[in-house]
Amino acid sequence: MKPLSVPELLAKNRFELDEEESHIEVNQAVVKATGCGKAVVACCPAHVYAEEADGTLSVEYAACLECGTCLAVAAPGALKWHYPRGGFGIQFREG
Amino acid sequence: MSDGSEVDFDVIVVGAGIAGCVTAFQLAQQGRSVVLIERGEAPGSKNLSGGVLYCRGMEKVFPDFLDEAPVERRVTRNYINFLNAESSVGIDYKDARLAGPVNAVTVLRAKLDPWLAEKCEEAGVFIMPSVRVDHVITQDGGTGKRVVGVQAGEDQLRAHVVVAADGVNSFIAQEVGLRTKPPLNHLATGVKCVVNLPRETIESRFNLTGDEGAAFAVVGDCTQGVGGGGFMYTNTDSISVGVVLRLDDLTAKEKVATEVFNHFLSHPFIAPYLGGGEVAEYGCHLVAEGGMAMVGEIAMDGLVVVGDAAGLTLNTGLTVRGMDLAVASAVAAATGIGSALDQMDTSKVGLAGYREAFFASPAGQDMLTYAKAPGFLEIERMYQDYGELFGNVLYGAFNLDDKPREHLVKVALKAFKKSPVKIRHLISDGLAGVRAL
Repeated sequence: MKPLSVPELLAKNRFELDEEESHIEVNQAVVKATGCGKAVVACCPAHVYAEEADGTLSVEYAACLECGTCLAVAAPGALKWHYPRGGFGIQFREG
Repeated sequence: MSDGSEVDFDVIVVGAGIAGCVTAFQLAQQGRSVVLIERGEAPGSKNLSGGVLYCRGMEKVFPDFLDEAPVERRVTRNYINFLNAESSVGIDYKDARLAGPVNAVTVLRAKLDPWLAEKCEEAGVFIMPSVRVDHVITQDGGTGKRVVGVQAGEDQLRAHVVVAADGVNSFIAQEVGLRTKPPLNHLATGVKCVVNLPRETIESRFNLTGDEGAAFAVVGDCTQGVGGGGFMYTNTDSISVGVVLRLDDLTAKEKVATEVFNHFLSHPFIAPYLGGGEVAEYGCHLVAEGGMAMVGEIAMDGLVVVGDAAGLTLNTGLTVRGMDLAVASAVAAATGIGSALDQMDTSKVGLAGYREAFFASPAGQDMLTYAKAPGFLEIERMYQDYGELFGNVLYGAFNLDDKPREHLVKVALKAFKKSPVKIRHLISDGLAGVRAL
């Protein structure tokens, strides 16, 4: 089995995308002040986060697998992360 | 009732995982009115586990569980492996007694949990899928804040007791102050994929017959030295494979979770098992690994916390448990809630029967017995040095390199000299292991 990239792995999943509302908000000031962005990027199994050239942390919330690892690793106040609205987000078929 | 207000249900259960479903089922069987609220499209759609369920507790709740429930394979082979870059040393434990009676099964939660929810529905539980609970509703009572219901969008539902079965991230337990953010050494991230393979291929590769199953637990190079391990579990016609990475160590070593995951899957020891397979799904899950240290208060006025939400997981190094603890806490919670409802006292004091029943159960006692296991599993040497040492001792014994052989003791001592592991470590870690496990 050849190793798959994260986007290829995510393409195997079924997501019910909430187009109106992101369930993740970044407080860029806290991220910048604490420097926790790198750890958040490295820990997320879905590569939801990326560090941009200007040092901000960008979010691709549609890919989120809703594990909560980012929230555990981030500095307090850096992320506002809750579950997507009912019926939206990852819908596991295997689990 | 003690809160003196109108209720929509006797009990509101938030989260249709194992803990939530079993609690709801048992309360409905007692004749209580129960609503089970699930944020996923259907029960199971948000739920993911590594895959091994120690099933005796579940069979007490559902006597026909093994015949009726969509479980995958009955685990009769446990393979514990120290993996190095070029070598692997393992203990292959296969035992027919593990199948009679069945001790553990592999499961896929998106398939198992709908069955549990169906059992709930048959017992009279009202299920509300696609609903996210945003907050609990509290009132000031005689003994402080009392939970009286839940808020979901515009809707409010009230009950005598709310059961927080909302998983490891339990926003409810945090909201009411029963849980604070755990330290990173008590948390791990599990990254997993399910790989489809024909069942005959799985049976021949893993040396299994019929519905027998294998559980591989791997430490060492599989996680590039990060505390945690790799796992590989056989399902009926797929394999669950992945890594569990302790977050304090992952961040300290500045590793990328997905790179560690790919490293494990493409490791020469693992890759041949997956050859020709097709990834069916990719997922992850936060794991609470603090054991007893993570379990705080599990009840307050009008609310109890069960399963992962209560921090109930247990990694002993050999067995990694969560789902069986979810069952045990659910059974205990249903008992505690039942007697609280009977006595018309659903305060923390009235609900105290839950904690009592849980710690009297075999699973609850195991939480106490293994309280020192997390500390033992944080010993750095477990994840690299020991595996290399074992590998080098065996290499010295098997590699007939056209030089005269030395006695095994000498070979071992030489391997020790090269290894950062010292005899005193072996003794202290051994003792720590004996005390913890």
